[in-house]
Amino acid sequence: MSNKDAYWNKTKNHMIITLVLWAFFSLVIFMFGSELNTMSFLGYPLAYYMTAQGSLLAFVIILFWTANKQEKIDEEHGFSEREDD
Amino acid sequence: MFKGDFIKNLPKIYGTYTGGFIVFIILMSIAEQAGVSAKNIGVMFVAFTVLIYALIGYLSRTIQVDAYYVAGRQVPTVFNGMATAADWMSGASFVALAGGVYFGGYTYMAFLVGWTGGYVLVATLMAPYLRKFGCYTVPDFIGTRYGGNLVRACAVFVLFIASFTYVTAQINATGTIASRALGIPFEAGVWVGLISILICSMLGGMRAVTWTQVAQYIVLIIAYLIPVFWISSNVGGGIFPHLMLGDEVARLGELEQQFGLVKNSAADMKAAGVPGGLKYISGSHSGVPEGGMAVWKYLSLAICMMVGTASLPHILMRYFTTPSVRAARKSVAWSLFFIFLLYSSAPMLATLSKLALMDPNLPTGIIGKSISEVQSIEWVQRWSEVKQVFIADFNGDGILQLNEWFMRGDVVVLATPEVAGLPFVISGLVFAGGMAAAMSTADGLVLAISNALSHDIYYKIIDPKADTAKRLLVARVLLVIIGAAGAYIASFRLTSILGSVAWAFDFAMSGLFFPLVLGVWWKRATRAGAIAGIIAGIGSGTLYLLWVFPKFSTAIWGTVNTPFLGIDHLRFGLIGAPICLVVMVVVSLMTKEPSPSVQKMVDDTRIPTGKPILGKQH
Repeated sequence: MSNKDAYWNKTKNHMIITLVLWAFFSLVIFMFGSELNTMSFLGYPLAYYMTAQGSLLAFVIILFWTANKQEKIDEEHGFSEREDD
Repeated sequence: MFKGDFIKNLPKIYGTYTGGFIVFIILMSIAEQAGVSAKNIGVMFVAFTVLIYALIGYLSRTIQVDAYYVAGRQVPTVFNGMATAADWMSGASFVALAGGVYFGGYTYMAFLVGWTGGYVLVATLMAPYLRKFGCYTVPDFIGTRYGGNLVRACAVFVLFIASFTYVTAQINATGTIASRALGIPFEAGVWVGLISILICSMLGGMRAVTWTQVAQYIVLIIAYLIPVFWISSNVGGGIFPHLMLGDEVARLGELEQQFGLVKNSAADMKAAGVPGGLKYISGSHSGVPEGGMAVWKYLSLAICMMVGTASLPHILMRYFTTPSVRAARKSVAWSLFFIFLLYSSAPMLATLSKLALMDPNLPTGIIGKSISEVQSIEWVQRWSEVKQVFIADFNGDGILQLNEWFMRGDVVVLATPEVAGLPFVISGLVFAGGMAAAMSTADGLVLAISNALSHDIYYKIIDPKADTAKRLLVARVLLVIIGAAGAYIASFRLTSILGSVAWAFDFAMSGLFFPLVLGVWWKRATRAGAIAGIIAGIGSGTLYLLWVFPKFSTAIWGTVNTPFLGIDHLRFGLIGAPICLVVMVVVSLMTKEPSPSVQKMVDDTRIPTGKPILGKQH
């Protein structure tokens, strides 16, 4: 397998992991809204907290994490751009 | 000022600008103390900020094609994040989001998740690859990847429908805010708004829009957050509302129990003469509605908004302006961070505002008080006069019930500072913020449309030999025409026929999402597949919208149809996008696989290093 193919496989896997996390915070937890709301976080009902703030924050964290991880994959395969940003 | 080390000086420039804006706010509050009228303070806020944007727009003028289309691809990560956040957060986000949460509670907040979660799709599936491709516009990618004028024109068509649906609403919002702040008629406000929008974008295209959007973000976020924190400490919500409103949310639950969540019948509301567009609280703030359908309604709305976000051209094109692929990825993360600052505050503002009005233990509470007493409150009188709030005593007991208090959603953002006893200078600040939010989004949209028409239709299809001067002239003329057309429609208040801004998301996801994603992620996708997919997606989505939206279906067929699987007019992308995917895959597999040169182009797109597919100037 060429370096390019190996790189693309890793990128694809990374994409799938990111989208699984995304689906968890955007869809899966809201399938159980009523159940989650019986628990509380910071004094908020949990499902309310997630839709008002928690999932939003999770997306921000996912995005920084995924960008950093992808940069590492770039470096491993020698596709890292020079420092120009 | 905009040469050489300008990029290195950005933090200093915008730091000074932010400091200057804060000094301006302080000066205005001194002016208020000195007796300058509230109206004049509003005028000064809007005039001062718009003048600054115009100055930035003028300083960013350019005669270079790549500066005009993609800001010379030198916008640093964090600044592009701010510009995207301003591009994204519209006048509606600014003035109506908190109101939506106020009335809709948990159910409405599917929009919050949808409008933020979409950025994960942007970052993983689209932005870095489109940046590597080196396109000027979204149809530029589709036209080059699939090859040919027809597929390019199809993409422009979808872009036009989605963005134009959105832009009239933005110009409408600009007009509303300009007319309220400046005290001029709405129609005049629309044209004032349009001129401000054009000054920011005409001379410098994407470069000018980028640097004004950064400035607009700073104004809008200051204007949103200061009142939220201040109101919170005034009504006893604590100094950091985002972490400290647990008790208040619980208290709202108790009050809902106490007052009861009653649904008014349409006949009652009509008989009482409730003005159109005013709403009352009938759903729970934090409670999750029961039943499988309620869960599906939440999820389906979130899906449409997320997938739509990842297909909206005016957002995707912001990531064409970063210096590198990795900068594009990081920039998406920063964009969402800056959006998060406002979106996570909207539910807090809604909670505070709701509590201030509902809690009888607070001096500001009105529900449960006698109607004559409430009607003598100054802010109630002022907003009643302009038909923004309304009281209907359905049960005739002279006491204001929860279902008897009607209000327009915007009032939550525009009036809560006043209700909570903040000085007027804050209301002036809120006007400036609303104006910034509406202008920045309108700018991005008008530019997305006119760039697609000038680059993809005029230069790529009609006159490929046109020189730079001619191309930029055409681009600017189209910008003015598109803006004027949007303003013309807005000034006649015809926006209601265009329905909701959610439609823009559904149109975009129906026609663009899969052609964009498969263009990068599936080498086998062919030109015929893309053309068939776009036409089938946008066609089926639009037909379904006509069928499901009562206003259209009664006009065409004389019937009102029950939505299929709960897919109503806000969610019609759930019909269009899957059809687009299936048709695109089937037709692609039926046609000959793309040529080796196209496959190599896709391979190159997937790798961050190396030359972009399209040249720096093309």
